[in-house]
Amino acid sequence: MSVPAFLLYAFLYLYPALNNLRFSTTRWDGIVEPEFVGLRNFSNLMTNDDLFFKVMGNNIRFTLLVVIFQTGFSLLFAILLLKNSRGNVFLRTLYFFPTILSSVSVAMIWLFLYDPNWGAINIFFNKIGLEAFALNWLGSETSALYAIVFSQVWFHTGQMMVIYIAGLQQIPAELYEAAEVDGANRWQQFRSVTWPMALPTTAVVIAYTTIQSFRAFDLIYTMTLGGPNNSTNIFSTLIYLTAFNEFRFGYAAAQTIFMVLMILFLTWLQRRILRTKY
Amino acid sequence: MIFKTVRALLLAIFALLIIIPSLIVIFGSFKSDLEIYESPMSLPDAFKLDNYRTLFETSQVFTNFRNSVFVTSMSVFITLLLASMTAFALSRMVNLSAKVMFALFSLGLAIPAQVNMIPLFILFNDLKLTNSFFGLILVNIVTTLPISIFILTSFFRELPREMYEVSAIDGASIFRIYRSIALPLSKPAMGATAIFLFVINWNDLLYPLLLITQADKKTLPLAMLDFRGEYATSFSMIFTSVMIASVPMVIMYLTMQRSFVAGLTAGAVKG
Repeated sequence: MSVPAFLLYAFLYLYPALNNLRFSTTRWDGIVEPEFVGLRNFSNLMTNDDLFFKVMGNNIRFTLLVVIFQTGFSLLFAILLLKNSRGNVFLRTLYFFPTILSSVSVAMIWLFLYDPNWGAINIFFNKIGLEAFALNWLGSETSALYAIVFSQVWFHTGQMMVIYIAGLQQIPAELYEAAEVDGANRWQQFRSVTWPMALPTTAVVIAYTTIQSFRAFDLIYTMTLGGPNNSTNIFSTLIYLTAFNEFRFGYAAAQTIFMVLMILFLTWLQRRILRTKY
Repeated sequence: MIFKTVRALLLAIFALLIIIPSLIVIFGSFKSDLEIYESPMSLPDAFKLDNYRTLFETSQVFTNFRNSVFVTSMSVFITLLLASMTAFALSRMVNLSAKVMFALFSLGLAIPAQVNMIPLFILFNDLKLTNSFFGLILVNIVTTLPISIFILTSFFRELPREMYEVSAIDGASIFRIYRSIALPLSKPAMGATAIFLFVINWNDLLYPLLLITQADKKTLPLAMLDFRGEYATSFSMIFTSVMIASVPMVIMYLTMQRSFVAGLTAGAVKG
């Protein structure tokens, strides 16, 4: 019974993944016969490609910021909206709402909000007299990556909050009562009960957010195409542009291998850190 | 007291961060560009449908919409069918091949399907499956299969074994047990998974971008990119297209809220 699905999966996931390994040892424009170059793509990537290191830096920064802020905010709002009162349920519904939109729609909305001339953000800053904050958000190398981080966090915080709420509601109320008897204040209760008890949920949230941040392709492709001056270029956009704009399929395949290694390394690292802590 | 004020303030800020952009888009789809630029947050003078009419007349948005509906529903249906069969089988088998299969499927969870963009593009080019709904549906199925199998396997594992054993004694075949026992019992899990898949497939950009170039085959997100190019400075048109792409999802979300939240969080937790 599992055979049809497995055959399809083997043919369209596993087999292409192996092909990708093969392509990574070639120089190929996608049209004429690929030329075998051994490990030259990899050595070029490591020794001779400033853009690749810039992109790696961007991707690490992007992932790290999204993970920190998205996890932090979703935990914060989960704690604030933990009780099932009517108002809380309404706010949860509202906060979850961006999750159902398409990345392209979200990108379009933020393209307008960030617009240097017409965007609501700059209008707001100008109105309250903080003209210095009215930047060219997506057009400047210093702010573009952060602007996209903000959009990504806006997009998915509600989803992670709901996961946290489900996790936090499992914590037995007696633990809080005991802490209160011991005279623990809100912060101490968070430190000694909520945080340690929520660690398994945190592990799930961080793991998912990390993978999600590698998938931010749609958002970045629509908003900046990796620009300006590659300041928002991350692995997925770089691979796309190398293959389908520059037609260097072999080189892009080699970049893909690095992205996979990085995802695997991060997954391993998180498991290690969160497990030893728990 | 301080806690209460800070709490209310934080909640209000995040709420406004979601409400204001939504209102800008909703109102904007009824305004002219000039009105949007002059006062993005004000109510439109009148709820005129001019933008919608222009978009329908000057673009193929209706075709794109239909394409999205077709590709998404076919992808969801076939994925659910394949994933539920696989999950049911894997949850009942304890031999080595089941373990190996499960491990290989989890590989597809750990490493997002985007990494296959080059080899899949080449393969589909060779098979003449570009610009084809069939090709796009195949890709959708494969990219969402691992996560669906995971969600459903963990559900089937929780079903009491006695249910199966009784019917096995009665001489029912494995297909019969799947069809008349496992499937009816798994309605809530299947519903949640279906919604999760629906949102992912409806919103996907990468693979349509790679595989579809013909205008009349494009899905909505892909067509929206074109609108952005065509109406570069016309946010009234862009907002209108955002409305057309989002309204079906919003209606589904408001009517089936519980399943939506369950589906989209199950997708994350099991992943």
